[in-house]
Amino acid sequence: MMKRDECFRVLSRHIISEAVVATYSSAMDWVEIAPRVLNYTSIGAMGLDSSHGLGLALGRPDKRVVVLQGDGSLLMNLGSLVTIAEVAPKNLVHFVAQNRTYEANGGHPIPNPQVDFASMARAAGYAAVYEFSDLGIFAQQVAHALEQDGPVFVTLHIVPSKLLIYDYSSLYDPKKRAAFKTAWQS
Amino acid sequence: MAVAATSGGDTSGTLNGAGIIAAIKASGVEFILSVPDIVTSSGLLAPIARDKELRLIRVCKEDECIGIASGLSYCNKRALILIQHTGLLDSLNAIRGIAVEYNQPICMMVGLLQHDPDFAPRASPRYGVRIVEPILDDMGIAHQLISVDADVAKIQPAIDTAYRDSRPVAFLVARSPA
Repeated sequence: MMKRDECFRVLSRHIISEAVVATYSSAMDWVEIAPRVLNYTSIGAMGLDSSHGLGLALGRPDKRVVVLQGDGSLLMNLGSLVTIAEVAPKNLVHFVAQNRTYEANGGHPIPNPQVDFASMARAAGYAAVYEFSDLGIFAQQVAHALEQDGPVFVTLHIVPSKLLIYDYSSLYDPKKRAAFKTAWQS
Repeated sequence: MAVAATSGGDTSGTLNGAGIIAAIKASGVEFILSVPDIVTSSGLLAPIARDKELRLIRVCKEDECIGIASGLSYCNKRALILIQHTGLLDSLNAIRGIAVEYNQPICMMVGLLQHDPDFAPRASPRYGVRIVEPILDDMGIAHQLISVDADVAKIQPAIDTAYRDSRPVAFLVARSPA
């Protein structure tokens, strides 16, 4: 089992011009590890990160989009797996960090903590599906996963993290949205 | 926030789907995001699905549309969400967060399921229809009733305004377009 922040440190070495869509705990870890203008953290409603990512990928097929979603969020928008697979954006890589809890809402367990998201994504029709629970193997294979024609789905099996301080005013800062838009359109 | 006035109670009107689709295209909309709605099924969604100038994205649940449209807006791509009012009600939290609090240009065309166009929506015997306009008013979301062909002229300016001012708009389709 891995730690989310360790996974994201590894991932951050491979992120250059991609938009990174993230919420809640994933967003807090990601913006600390990789503060950058192309982070998209204004999601507005839990679960819609994957849908925002699809919109970004559809609108800029010449650029790549990485979604960093929590397991609780994905459960709220499971249908997006089918929608994304149907649209089949080649430029979308969809990570779910599975810690089996609603971490931002008190650490309560998700329904069926062992739910198999990778199988769901495969059955929905994602072009490529990966699962990692060992940081060394993830470090070896993450570049390959990011380079595949999408939609790519990656489950990261992680332990719940320490209690985070959620700075929502920073994540949802309108100035950051405006800066993202300018950078994403360039 | 100004909210558009609506009409209603039209008993003899007709509504042409081709005219609505032409207005959607004239608005610069490239993407239609939809869960099927029986009010607009044959008059709008079916011809849109055959239309090569519009890209139809079929989604599983209506609130997905709000996120997708938001992502597209960051790419300067215009989208129209085509759903029924039950889906609008189901998506209120997403609309609250993304369209209203983030001031995103979310454009929605909403079929009023089981609505009788002889009534204004606010006077509908159907509770689910009756509450739609008051909810939109409370959320400060501009809305236009699309009940007869004359209403179609409202579509392009309202979409242009939504994208110019980065704010949402809802078109409430009161009868099935032919």
